[in-house]
Amino acid sequence: MNVALIIVAAGFAVAIGLGLYARLGRDMGLEQWTVGGRGFGTALVFLLMAGEIYTTFTFLGGSGIAYGKGGPAYYILCYLTLAYVTSYWLLPPVWRYAKRHDLYTQPDFFARKYESRALGMLVALVGLVALVPYLVLQFKGLGIIVSTTSYGAISSTVAVWIGAAALTVYVIVSGVHGSAWTAVIKDTSILALVIFLGIYLPLHYYGSYEGLFRAIETAKPGFLALPDRGQSPTWFSTTVLLTALGGYMWPHTFASLYTAREPGAFRRNAVILPIYQLINLFVFMIGFTAVLQVPGLTGPDVDLSLFKLSLQSFPPWFIGIIGATGVLTALVPGSMILIAGATLAANNLVRPLRPGMDDAATARLCKLTVPILALVCVGFTLSGGDTIVQLLLMGYNFVTQLFPCFIASLMRRNPLDWRAAMAGIVAGVATVAATVLSGFSLSAFPSLGPFQDVNVGVAALVVNILVTAAVAQLTRANAATRPQAAE
Amino acid sequence: MRHLRWLAVLPFLGILLGPFLLNRVEPFVLGLPLLLAWLVLCVIGTSAVMGVIYLTDPERRAPDDAR
Repeated sequence: MNVALIIVAAGFAVAIGLGLYARLGRDMGLEQWTVGGRGFGTALVFLLMAGEIYTTFTFLGGSGIAYGKGGPAYYILCYLTLAYVTSYWLLPPVWRYAKRHDLYTQPDFFARKYESRALGMLVALVGLVALVPYLVLQFKGLGIIVSTTSYGAISSTVAVWIGAAALTVYVIVSGVHGSAWTAVIKDTSILALVIFLGIYLPLHYYGSYEGLFRAIETAKPGFLALPDRGQSPTWFSTTVLLTALGGYMWPHTFASLYTAREPGAFRRNAVILPIYQLINLFVFMIGFTAVLQVPGLTGPDVDLSLFKLSLQSFPPWFIGIIGATGVLTALVPGSMILIAGATLAANNLVRPLRPGMDDAATARLCKLTVPILALVCVGFTLSGGDTIVQLLLMGYNFVTQLFPCFIASLMRRNPLDWRAAMAGIVAGVATVAATVLSGFSLSAFPSLGPFQDVNVGVAALVVNILVTAAVAQLTRANAATRPQAAE
Repeated sequence: MRHLRWLAVLPFLGILLGPFLLNRVEPFVLGLPLLLAWLVLCVIGTSAVMGVIYLTDPERRAPDDAR
């Protein structure tokens, strides 16, 4: 065993210890386990929201996309910023509604608003399908970290199994409390680490940021801006908008808002969180520094750029610190996702079909679902798949399909009923799946001009809205001719 | 002061339209490529705008929040 690996193992141990400690003195019923008894203050909600958003993706994927794509990576800095702006007005009413009706999960919200168990189950299914790539990302990240810090002694396959086992134990013992407290440690350490790397590495190799960027501009002109075709400004705008709308539609993000004690926490977070996004800037610097220092990584290997650069710049003990921080950045979001996924499956897919189930039975089923879900994701992780960023974008396109009927449900008089909502979601998700599976892209139509770079997720959203509107029109016409059928 | 909440449109305009106008590497601003510098400015501006909206928001003191 080398120094780096020992430090990473210590990171795991501290995280699990914290989870156990956070659990002390609490009876872990369904409400405690999933939404922390709705008792978290501004600081903890902030950490939980920031914690699940700053993931292995930030750490490895963010530097990877800067390394591999250049300018288009800037979208990472932008979409959450816009999501936070909308959260200021969207989250407080959702929180109040959830509190009044004792909701635990995202599908609970849709099912209650539309008075339809079927819609709740559909939302749960969409959420679960989108969560799987997200969790796969965390496992892939864990695999990269453990195998790199062991300097190849542990294969990435074994590393994924170790990571999945640790995550499962962690989640079963502590629930959401563990997430919040580990988030405290994780956020402090990732913040310190990323800022250090983002300042030290460019200065060490280039003397200044301007030196770094000038060197890249000389070697690869235009790499630091958006290309004219492909990931052009049109692509950039539509992708940022799409992912911003989807930002709070993730089941685990939606569920974490239930943990707040009072809605003011969201308003304060909407002020602080955009600035907090700037941590991505330092992540970009790491990736950009790697461009000319460790050239030649392509395809999924771009996610290794941070570690490759670190290995040639730092002694083993420091690689261990980076690894331990990386482990925490995978554990916190990973645990939130596992909890959200297990709760979705138990509370929103199984429970509606078995009317006799009480809260205690649901809580037991939740904990049983955790290892199953983890196993499924390990399976996907090991059987390969695409690079980190593409997986995430597909999940984003799925959850964004929930946005139209979510917004409608917040209106004073909701123009939609459950049939319109379900038809829209099904049409949108089907369009996403069809375009991804067939490799369809608007660039097949050069006659569209700049519009050929529009993110295809926008097309899915348009289909979704058209179908929703059409069905809403039909059901309203039906209700008008047969008033006795109206609910 | 409720009309101040319309300031929230600014981050959307800056981030979604900016790349069409400022998609360039040079000139460098504070050492950053022009497009990146603009987006960083937008992010900082967003926090500032949301801060102004928060401080002038009448709903902030609504009794509703205490529940």
